[in-house]
Amino acid sequence: MEAIAARPDPAAAREPPPAAPGPAAWVRRNLFSSVPSALATLLVGAALVRVLPAAVRWLFTGAVWAPDYEACRRLEYHAACWGFVAEKHRLVLFGRYPFAEQWRPLVATLLVVAALAASAHPRSWRRWLAPAWAVVLAAFFLLVRGGALGLTYVDPGLWGGLPLTVLLTLVGVSASIPIGIVLALGRRSRLPVARGAASLYIEMVRGVPLITVLFVASFVFPLLLPQGLRLDPLARIALAITLFQAAYMAEVVRGGLQALPKGQLEAAASLGLSWWQAQRRVVLPQALVLVIPSFVNSLLSTFMDTSLVTVVSMYDLTGALRLALGDPQWRNFFIEGYLFVGAVYFACCLAMSRYSHWLEKRLGRWARRPEASAA
Amino acid sequence: MKAPLLSWSTRSGRARLYQAALLAAIALAAALLWRNTRQNLTARQIRTGFGFLGQPAGFDIGEGLVRYGPTDTYLLAFAAGIANTLRVAVAGIVLATVLGTLVGLGRLSRNALVRWLCTGYVELLRNVPLIIQLFAWYLVATEILPEASSPIALAPHVYLSKGGLQFPHPVWARGWAWALAAVPPGLAAAWVLARWARARRERTGRGPRLAWPAALLAVAFPVAGWLAGGAPHALELPEVTRFNVSGGVSLTPEFLALLVGLCTFTAAFIAEIVRSGVLAVPHGQTEAAAALGLTPRQATRLVLLPQALRVIVPPLTSQFLNLTKNSSLAVAIGYPDLVSIANTAINQNGQALECIVVIMSVYLAINLVTALGMGWYNRRVALVEG
Amino acid sequence: MALTRRTTVSLALALAACAFPATALAGKTLDAVKQRGEVVCGVNTSAPGFSATDSQGRWKGLDVDVCRAVAAAVLGSAEKVKFVPLNSQQRFAALQAGEIDILSRNTTWTLTRDASLGIVFTGIDYFDGQGFMVPRKLKVESARKLGGATVCVQAGTTSEKNVADYFLANGIKYKSVVFDTAEAIQSAFFSGRCQAYTTDMSDLAGARTKTSKPEDYVILPEVISKEPLGPSVRRGDDEWFAIVKWTLYAMIEAEEDGITQANADQQKAESKDPGVQRLLGGGEDTGKLLGLDKDWAYRIAKQVGNYGESFEANLGPKTPLGLPRGANRLWSKGGLLYAPPVR
Repeated sequence: MEAIAARPDPAAAREPPPAAPGPAAWVRRNLFSSVPSALATLLVGAALVRVLPAAVRWLFTGAVWAPDYEACRRLEYHAACWGFVAEKHRLVLFGRYPFAEQWRPLVATLLVVAALAASAHPRSWRRWLAPAWAVVLAAFFLLVRGGALGLTYVDPGLWGGLPLTVLLTLVGVSASIPIGIVLALGRRSRLPVARGAASLYIEMVRGVPLITVLFVASFVFPLLLPQGLRLDPLARIALAITLFQAAYMAEVVRGGLQALPKGQLEAAASLGLSWWQAQRRVVLPQALVLVIPSFVNSLLSTFMDTSLVTVVSMYDLTGALRLALGDPQWRNFFIEGYLFVGAVYFACCLAMSRYSHWLEKRLGRWARRPEASAA
Repeated sequence: MKAPLLSWSTRSGRARLYQAALLAAIALAAALLWRNTRQNLTARQIRTGFGFLGQPAGFDIGEGLVRYGPTDTYLLAFAAGIANTLRVAVAGIVLATVLGTLVGLGRLSRNALVRWLCTGYVELLRNVPLIIQLFAWYLVATEILPEASSPIALAPHVYLSKGGLQFPHPVWARGWAWALAAVPPGLAAAWVLARWARARRERTGRGPRLAWPAALLAVAFPVAGWLAGGAPHALELPEVTRFNVSGGVSLTPEFLALLVGLCTFTAAFIAEIVRSGVLAVPHGQTEAAAALGLTPRQATRLVLLPQALRVIVPPLTSQFLNLTKNSSLAVAIGYPDLVSIANTAINQNGQALECIVVIMSVYLAINLVTALGMGWYNRRVALVEG
Repeated sequence: MALTRRTTVSLALALAACAFPATALAGKTLDAVKQRGEVVCGVNTSAPGFSATDSQGRWKGLDVDVCRAVAAAVLGSAEKVKFVPLNSQQRFAALQAGEIDILSRNTTWTLTRDASLGIVFTGIDYFDGQGFMVPRKLKVESARKLGGATVCVQAGTTSEKNVADYFLANGIKYKSVVFDTAEAIQSAFFSGRCQAYTTDMSDLAGARTKTSKPEDYVILPEVISKEPLGPSVRRGDDEWFAIVKWTLYAMIEAEEDGITQANADQQKAESKDPGVQRLLGGGEDTGKLLGLDKDWAYRIAKQVGNYGESFEANLGPKTPLGLPRGANRLWSKGGLLYAPPVR
């Protein structure tokens, strides 16, 4: 009896062992929890201790910040020459756009960034958002192209740098959305012809690299147009990027359409809505909202893909950097140039991917709420 | 009364009407474009047809598995381009998978430093466009490495310079041919042995697994063949000549830059895939495996890995395809892959349409083969719902 | 009705389509040029001496002067030219597609290009040849000593084919590295990736001016091919072909007759030589036969100058390129420049 009474009560909840607070315990847990881990910490720590101070010295403390070629030359590569960036940043950021008019693409880009920031929060997703974006795009074109309102006309062959990247991204994504929706609906259609045509297009375009599509745009589009008609090179590239992105957009929308519960379509049918009405009023609004984070990822991948237009001799941000590095004096400071452009891309892309994560979490909460309230 | 085939009133009639209209629209658009193309081609007096494939191309291809000279045909040039593309794609896929798995597991490590380092690597490389990374790697290779006439010797007879990486390779002899011929029988024998051992264990419940003996058998056959062929051990060594290092296997800086750039870029994406695959397996599985008495190694091999692979394989397939497609960026740094050679061909003979058709068909074919292969593997690891 | 997303996106697209320049009508080139009011000239992105921008952004060079001469002849002013820089991939496609009226981009005249690309060459404005450039520190005196070297060459050019032929014929082993743009190839050569750079001699001289230490590079003496450079136009428009052809011949003829930019007015007013008067519009109206007015050649001489002046200003000994006239002298001085009679 005493033995049974002495046994600890199995049903009573026991306290978990205390997780030791404080930095010392954190270090023990995360850096020295086992012998391999301790070894790794020592190795990586030693490497960092050697590399980091030298890197900071090279990047910041010893570097030359003024656009002084002589000072840079004297450095003999022992420190960074940010003077290259100071000297050439306008060429890199704006390409061959006329020097005196470069405020125009700058204002246009800032306008787009402001519009992006304003439409970031789901609270601003109202009916006026799409017309507002159309106005922003029109203002962008007007500012960069000129020819009206007292602004001098600038030939599209001279547009370049970051504004060109932004332009190609925006036009590519916004024009590929409707085409992608049509293709996704076609791919899920009951009609074999529609399904076959849409699937063929999507698989063919997704199977080839973007460079091939850009080559098609440069070499084949002029052959396809009737004699006497010709398309501006920039328009050709924008069209190529649009058609390419449309296939990927179609897959994104198709994912959304598949995630929608079948009950929605059945409910719409039971209400007497035709197929088109059901798609327009019930299916697409829900499906598109579901895939908004994937839209943002498409925006991100289009932004990165526009860097390929340098292969077909358009001077976007990457192409303009190569143009700047063509200067014989500053050729040798290519590391600083690539760090600068890499940092610009990194900042923009990191912001977009973080935003996409935040949006996913937020929309996840939002999508769950109707179920909870129904219950 | 039976409704007519194309009627507006019945559902199927409407469906047929829509499809007929769609077909007609597509056919009309295709006919218009074809007519425009023909008109433009005749007006510009550009030749059409694939006859140019049999003509000498007149240009040289600097590197590759296929020996190509200026008197060889366009067809051989394209074949050399395809070989170069596959060469960088296969090497890239293997290396990227290895690196990506390591980095992905590193992101899950208990050690905070390793975790941060791997996270930093993934975030950095995923958010900078690939073409910038390739240009940067290429400039590092051509500006920072020493001149080809005075290379760094990484090891005896292994040289690294602006001219690329050169290392010795065995001189082809009968012994090597026999070793190569003995590889399939060796693998077959190893497989037979492993199957027999496994069948015996399943039947009687006893007996060793014979994994190591089977592996030894697979190696022993080629070694025996090599010995039987006279044990050739002559190596072709790279030598530093007046301008360059010549001899041995030569990997140009273009190939190296492309390979390193593609590997590091794709590894960042593969790391994410591996990480999400491992995280997708519920922790309860590990605990259940421990409760069953499996050692950690057995638990990983028999419980975690199969379930993780199920989640990993589909996105991994698309990353492999992306790597193959991204290898077309070789045209920017001067590596003669398929797109680069087709570009040169278009400029030499003006037949853009035919060359682009060739490029697209090759990529679609590679796509199809890879998708089929990975699809077979996916079905093997997929969940068989009971 | 509120605008749906699709409608607004389509509207934005329509607005976007309007933003790009209106499509141009190709057709008879002379009419199109007169209607447009300017000649669209395809030039090199940067070929010092032939077509390059100076620090103020003005285009200068021998090829540029040919285009300006055409503009002076057709439209009355040498300034009515729009220059479109093209790399070697885009050049023929741009001409075929009608984006440019003349391709004046130091392009070699070959049979394949004349016969199968839908273009036709109007003449030769520079007789060139292909050569090699090597760093001086390699101490190479002759192209025959380049065995085992790595040679940089540009894709899609005659240089690529010629260097392959040359080394094959001489039994020299070499490695080639092929790049698609001139910037890439020059960057690779000057960084030391390859030991030799091969292209037209004039191109080598121009590339050398783009380094900070031109004296570190030497151009080898061997000339391994004939490279006649000249402007080209689209096939099928004989009228425009004749105009561009005779513009170049007018510049050569002007040098032969001793007409310069400085003395054009004086020669037109005072010269007793019937040949000079015919050229400058005093005698028979040769312009009418070409579809131009009678002062076409006078304007060329006055606004652009004769061939010799253009050569001296762009390629001559006083310029960084410092090229000798060589084969580009008049036939009467031992060179190859020979203009048929302008009558």
